[in-house]
Amino acid sequence: MCLAIPAKVIELFPGERNRAMVEVTGVRRHIDIGLLEDDPPVKGDWVLVHVGFAMSKISEEQALDQLNTLIMLGENEAALEEVQGYGLGETSSGT
Amino acid sequence: MNGVLPKIRFRDPQIEMSHGAGGKASRRLVEGLFAPLLFGDSTEPLGDAAHLIVDGARIAMTADSFVVKPLRFPGGSIGELAVNGTVNDLAVSGARAQALVVTYVLEAGLPSEILEAEVRAMAKAAACASVVIAGGDTKVVEHGKADSMYITTAGIGRPIPGINIAAASVRPGDKVLLSGPIGDHGITILLARGELELEADALCSDTRSVLPLIEAMAGVAAPGIRWLRDPTRGGVATSLNELARDCGLGVMLWEDAVPVRDVVRGACELLGLDPLHIANEGQFIAVIAPEYADAALQALRQSPGGSEAVIVGEMREEPSGTLLGTNGYGGVRAIDMLVGDPLPRIC
Amino acid sequence: MKFVDEFRDAAVITKAADEIRRLADPGRQYRFMEVCGGHTHAIYRFGLKDLLPANIELVHGPGCPVCVLPMGRIDDGLSMARDPNVIFCAFGDMMRVPGAQGSPLEHKARGMDVRIVYSPSDALNLARKNPDRHVMFFAIGFETTAPSTALVLMRAKALGIQNFSVFSNHVTIIPAIRAILDSPDMRIDAFIGPGHVSTVIGCRPYEWIAKNEGRPIVVTGFEPADILQSIVMLLHQIRAREAKVENQYKRVVPWEGNHAALKAMAEVFELRPYFEWRGMGFISQSALRIRDSYAQWDAEQRFETPGVRVTDPKAAQCGEVLKGVLRPAQCKLFGKECTPERPVGALMVSSEGSCAAYYNYEHRKHSVLTTIGA
Repeated sequence: MCLAIPAKVIELFPGERNRAMVEVTGVRRHIDIGLLEDDPPVKGDWVLVHVGFAMSKISEEQALDQLNTLIMLGENEAALEEVQGYGLGETSSGT
Repeated sequence: MNGVLPKIRFRDPQIEMSHGAGGKASRRLVEGLFAPLLFGDSTEPLGDAAHLIVDGARIAMTADSFVVKPLRFPGGSIGELAVNGTVNDLAVSGARAQALVVTYVLEAGLPSEILEAEVRAMAKAAACASVVIAGGDTKVVEHGKADSMYITTAGIGRPIPGINIAAASVRPGDKVLLSGPIGDHGITILLARGELELEADALCSDTRSVLPLIEAMAGVAAPGIRWLRDPTRGGVATSLNELARDCGLGVMLWEDAVPVRDVVRGACELLGLDPLHIANEGQFIAVIAPEYADAALQALRQSPGGSEAVIVGEMREEPSGTLLGTNGYGGVRAIDMLVGDPLPRIC
Repeated sequence: MKFVDEFRDAAVITKAADEIRRLADPGRQYRFMEVCGGHTHAIYRFGLKDLLPANIELVHGPGCPVCVLPMGRIDDGLSMARDPNVIFCAFGDMMRVPGAQGSPLEHKARGMDVRIVYSPSDALNLARKNPDRHVMFFAIGFETTAPSTALVLMRAKALGIQNFSVFSNHVTIIPAIRAILDSPDMRIDAFIGPGHVSTVIGCRPYEWIAKNEGRPIVVTGFEPADILQSIVMLLHQIRAREAKVENQYKRVVPWEGNHAALKAMAEVFELRPYFEWRGMGFISQSALRIRDSYAQWDAEQRFETPGVRVTDPKAAQCGEVLKGVLRPAQCKLFGKECTPERPVGALMVSSEGSCAAYYNYEHRKHSVLTTIGA
C-alpha cells in the first residue's frame, strides 16, 4: 500500500500512450502511466511510482514550499519570544 | 559473555531456499544440524575456514560451493566467483591462499562453449589472485538437475604472519572498517535475472580477491586486526550480527557512513530492499583496535581498489549480541540478520 | 535521491523534533495512530520514536493489507495453483505469509510454480508469454494498489487474454478506520493519515473523522520529515482545540484524489457486502470484488476454492495488536513462538506489520540511547 518512489520520466513512447520509462538514480524501468491519463506527464516530470504505475505527479513547488516551512519551524516563535522579552508593544496577555 | 553460543535446534521439516540465503535459516541449519553432528562439542564460533596444524605446520583450509543464476553477469561469472570467493574465505581467516581444487557438477545439455568460458574465467581469476588450481573432479547429471553448472572448491593456504583473528579478542571501542561500497553484487544478479525488468548502467558485480587489501592492512596494523569477514549472502547486516553474537558485544553502525552507490540505492528503494542485507563478493569488514584503526584505513585507501574504505562503526559493551544502526539525527534502530532471501516488497 | 534525501536531512528533522518537544504539553499524554503500515515501517526504520517526547505515543493501525488477510484466503489462493498448469503470482510481501499448509514460498519449495512480481502488469505479461499456462495473480492492497489491478484487468479484457485471472483481496481503508473508532477499548487522539492511499481517494473521505468524531487527521508522507511535520500539525490542531483534515503530503496528494484511478476502480470492482478482516471480524462494504462484467478474469469465478475459514491460534493476539489495543511485545507469543522466521500471524511476516517492525528494529535496543554518537 505504501512503497512508492519518486522517479523521473526520461522517455515517452508515441505509439503507446500508457507507457513511459522512468529513472531513479541510474535505475530504469518501464512503467504504466494510464492512471495519469487526465494530465499525462512529459519528459522531465517527476512521478510517484507504485507497483509499476505512476500514481501522481510530484510538484517541485509544493516540495520546496514544504521544506521551507520545515526550515522555518520554530523561527517565528523564537522571534516572537525575543520581542516579548524586550517588553515592547502589546503582546497577547493571558489567553 | 564471550564465545559461548546458545544451543540451536534444527527442527525444520524440509529444506527451503531460505536455508541457503546466508541469514537466520542458514545459521540454524549449520549450527543446529551440521555442527553438532560433524564438529562434536566444540564451542568455537564457526567460521568459513579452518586453521589446522599438520605435521607442525599451520595450514588454513576452506571449502565453498557456487550456485548462481545467471552464470554470467556484468562484472563476472560463476568461475570468477568460485576462485575469488575461496581466496577471500581464506583471506578473512587471516590466510594467504596457495592452491585450490575444483569440482564441477555439470548438467547434461550444457553447451561446451559455456563451460569453456567458465574454465577460462577461472584460470584468469586464479592467475590474478596468484593462486594455483591444483586439481579437481567432474560429474555430469541429468538435464534439469544442476541449473547448468554447480562449482565447488576447496582451498588451502598459509597464515599471514602477525594476524590472529578471534571474535573473543574483540573489545568495546574497537573500530569497524568496511572496504568499499556495498550491494553491488546482489543487485547486479537481481537485475541480470531479468524478472523485475529493471535496467541499470554502470553496475556490475564487485567480485575480486580482497587478499591484497588485507595484506596491505596487515603490513601496518597486524597486531590490531581482531576480526575479519567477507559479507557475502546475507550482507553486512548478517555478518555484523554474527560478530555481535560471537563476541557477545554490541555493534553500533553509523548508517550514513556506509558507502552505497547511487544506482544500488535506487534499486533498493524501488524494490523495498535494504542494502545492508544484499550480498557482496569483493568487500570485507575488519574490526581493528582503535590505536591501529587510522593506520589500517590509510593503508587501504592507498592501495588499488581500497580508495573507498571507511570506518563505519564501533564495538560497544551493550546491548550484547546486537547490531544497532544510527543516523544523522539520532534515531536508532536494531538491524537484524536476514531471515530468508531478500524479497522485493510493495508495502 | 531527489524528493527523498531532502526529507531525510538531519538539520530539517532535528528542527521538527525540537518543535514537537516545544509544542507538546508536558501535562498530558498524546496517542496518535498511524493508520498505514508503511508509516509503521518508516517510524521504526528511521528510529523516529527516539526523537519524540515520552508523552507522545504512536499507536500502530491496521493499514497493512497483508496483515489483515485471513489465513483462509491464502489457502484459497494456493489451492487454485495446485493445478500444475497454473502459475501463482504475487508481490514479494505475500511470499512468506503462512497458510494452513505453509506459505507460498514453502509451496514453491514443494514444486508449485510460484513467482514474485513487482507489478500486476508483470503478471499479465507472464500470461502473454506463456499462452498454454494459466497465470493467477493474487492481488492485495488498499486503494493505492487496486487501480493498478483494475487497469491490468481492463487491458486483459481489451486484448482478449484468456489465460489470466486475478484473485482480489483488495480492501478499503475507511471502514478500517471506522472500526478503530468504534472499538470500545480504543483511545486515539488524532490520526497520521495514509499518504499513498490518498493519492487515489484524496482527502475528502476523511472529513467525517474530524467533523463527526472530533479527531484531527493529517494526510502524511513517508519520509522522516513528513512524519514529524505531521505530528507538529496535529499538535497545533490539538492546542487550538481544532479537528480538521489537513494535507501534509501536498507535493503528491491532490485534495480531490485521482479521477482516472477512481474511474478504473469503479469500472472493474464493486464493494463486497462484507469481508473478514483478520483480527477484526467481518466488516461490511470493506473489500473489493471483481464485477460480473469481468467474470472471466475473476479467479473466484474460474476456480473452485475451499473457502474455509481458518481461525488464528487462540494464543495469537493479532487482532488486538492490529487495532492498537496491545503493543506487539504484549502479545504472549511475541518473540517466542512467533518470530519473523517462524511467524504465527501475518503481522510478523509482513515487513510493515507492527510485530515484524518492532521485532526487527526496536525490541533489542534496550537502553543504549544515551551513548549515541557519531
